[in-house]
Amino acid sequence: MDIVLQQLVNGLTLGSVYGLIAIGYTMVYGIIGMINFAHGDVYMVSSYITAIAIALISALLTFLGFESFLVVIIGTLFLTIVVTGAYGWVIERVAYRPLRNSSRLAVLISAIGMSLILQNYVQLSQGANQQGVPTMLTGALRFHVGDGFVQITYMKVFILIAAFAGMGILTYVIQKTKLGRMCRATQQDRKMASILGIDTDKIISTVFVIGATMAALAGVLITLDYGAFDFYIGFIIGIKAFTAAVLGGIGSLPGAMLGGLILGLSEALFAGLISSDYKDVFSFSLLVLILIIRPSGLLGKPEVEKV
Amino acid sequence: MSNAVVRKTLISLAVAGAATLAQADVVIGVAGPHTGAYAAFGEQLWKGAEKAAQDINAAGGINGEMITLVKADDACEPKQAVSVANRLVDSDGALAVVGHFCSSSSIPASKIYEEAGVIMVTPASTNPTLTDQGLPNVFRVCGRDDQQGDVAASYIVDKLGAKRVAVIHDKDTYGKGLADAMKSTLNAYGVNEVMYEGLTRGEKDFNALITKIRSVDADVVYFGGLHSEAGPLVRQLREQGSKAIFISGDGIVSDEFVSVAGSPEYVDGVLMTFGAPPTSYPSGAKVIKEFRDAGYEPEGYTLYSYTAMQVAVAALANNNLDPIKGAEWLKTHSVDTVMGKKDFDEKGDLTVSDYVMYEWDAQGKYSVVE
Repeated sequence: MDIVLQQLVNGLTLGSVYGLIAIGYTMVYGIIGMINFAHGDVYMVSSYITAIAIALISALLTFLGFESFLVVIIGTLFLTIVVTGAYGWVIERVAYRPLRNSSRLAVLISAIGMSLILQNYVQLSQGANQQGVPTMLTGALRFHVGDGFVQITYMKVFILIAAFAGMGILTYVIQKTKLGRMCRATQQDRKMASILGIDTDKIISTVFVIGATMAALAGVLITLDYGAFDFYIGFIIGIKAFTAAVLGGIGSLPGAMLGGLILGLSEALFAGLISSDYKDVFSFSLLVLILIIRPSGLLGKPEVEKV
Repeated sequence: MSNAVVRKTLISLAVAGAATLAQADVVIGVAGPHTGAYAAFGEQLWKGAEKAAQDINAAGGINGEMITLVKADDACEPKQAVSVANRLVDSDGALAVVGHFCSSSSIPASKIYEEAGVIMVTPASTNPTLTDQGLPNVFRVCGRDDQQGDVAASYIVDKLGAKRVAVIHDKDTYGKGLADAMKSTLNAYGVNEVMYEGLTRGEKDFNALITKIRSVDADVVYFGGLHSEAGPLVRQLREQGSKAIFISGDGIVSDEFVSVAGSPEYVDGVLMTFGAPPTSYPSGAKVIKEFRDAGYEPEGYTLYSYTAMQVAVAALANNNLDPIKGAEWLKTHSVDTVMGKKDFDEKGDLTVSDYVMYEWDAQGKYSVVE
């Protein structure tokens, strides 16, 4: 029993992070119908920015003569989200906007190119080595269940709270604010939205920035938790998050979050209860199965041919 | 630029290229993960080989001819290893290669060196298959994983008296080979592992696997793999409150293991098998001092790489730069190196194996367990 509960906790934390990154894929797909293959690498860049931000803020605090985990973590979150958001904006401006009216294939290739550029740029500027971040928050909650126990580090609690808070804020912005209405209008019909006075180019930029900020949130959380990263981590996690987005129905915001959680939970439960060798096989089989039954994903709307 | 200018530039570049090749007397390749997640090992490899080449050149080179090193980056990927091996033998004209690092790279590359008649001396690839293939040109100055697995298994059984052992590997040639070697000796001692599973190289989240280790109540976790996965693995193991003893092989012998794990407290008590301290040989004292004077600690495989270079050079120097004769010569002659006298058997393995158990401490350093 304690083992199953522990696996649920493992799966939830992993899944919430997948969900955060999947949001970037799904929103961009929703609004301009392209898969942003560089998104995993935006996440990777945010890990490096996290490490740099931690170092800068800690040094500043030491200089000022006091120590506070809370200040470091809030400062790091703020700095990483702002800088990564800027990366998202620049990437859209440089690699995608010039191709706005060309074929989908051109944008796709441009995205792959951007992904390679980001990887090599980080490798050259930061070195190819494994990088580590010192542990910031130690200690754990321990619940006794039967004769076993479930252990959750404070860091994991923080991840769950921050990830769900991030998703909650984003859902609020999209559903309730003027900006969200403009995003949804652009998603439904870009030409009509622009006729009605919405600056669609600006909205598309905003969507890239939002995707990047969610990836940045995930980057900060994962970097603080696992402490290790290199220039190549964007690849595997990008594939997983993309799978989560497709699983939940690409283009659907709640779908991305749900897909992330399902993927994380299924990976953890399969690895924990059956075999970790084949957990990826299981996740992808699950994807195939869901797509056979519901071709547009769990919460995706079936594609309507526009006439 | 006009066409004529472009053509002229290209011609002058081509001429310049030819000139550098003509100056290169004896080309030796240094192949390993110079970039990528395992670049820390590539650096050990390069530092050792570079220093050896400088020292040999300063002492007059190979029969008066200077050594030129060519860095070949395989990023520990088998496909890339094959392509850089082809480049080394075809366009660089290497007579010998020091490398590769990962066994999964060394094995496919070794066949290319064999076809081209080039001596290959690896400082670090420990998978038994490499020399069991029966290629005449392949040598290693490190031990074999079956020897390494023996040492680990007998330590687990005799010293730790452990009964519940979880065996984890990274599904790669080196990691799985080492884990399998350890497991078979362990089974021969009458201890059956309580768990045997692989993880995926490049991932960082092993929580599900660790919960499973907890569920089988393992006293010892044996990991066959490299430090980039071992770091997060041991950290998450401790974060989930497991006190199982963590043992691994020579794939974690890098200071980076500590930074990847997050802090020295997590690596405290981790055990690993590795050759007898490479810095303990009297013949290496001078080189070690020079390394330290230059501000570089020759950790891990640095001196192995130096040794590999000395072996390759000895083979070439004593056989008029003929690598094929050099390979035959190595099997019957011993070579004096910074790690003592080295003798090779028919397969190209060292005749003496010297694996011992090391322990990491709370300062993030490792030392031999008495």
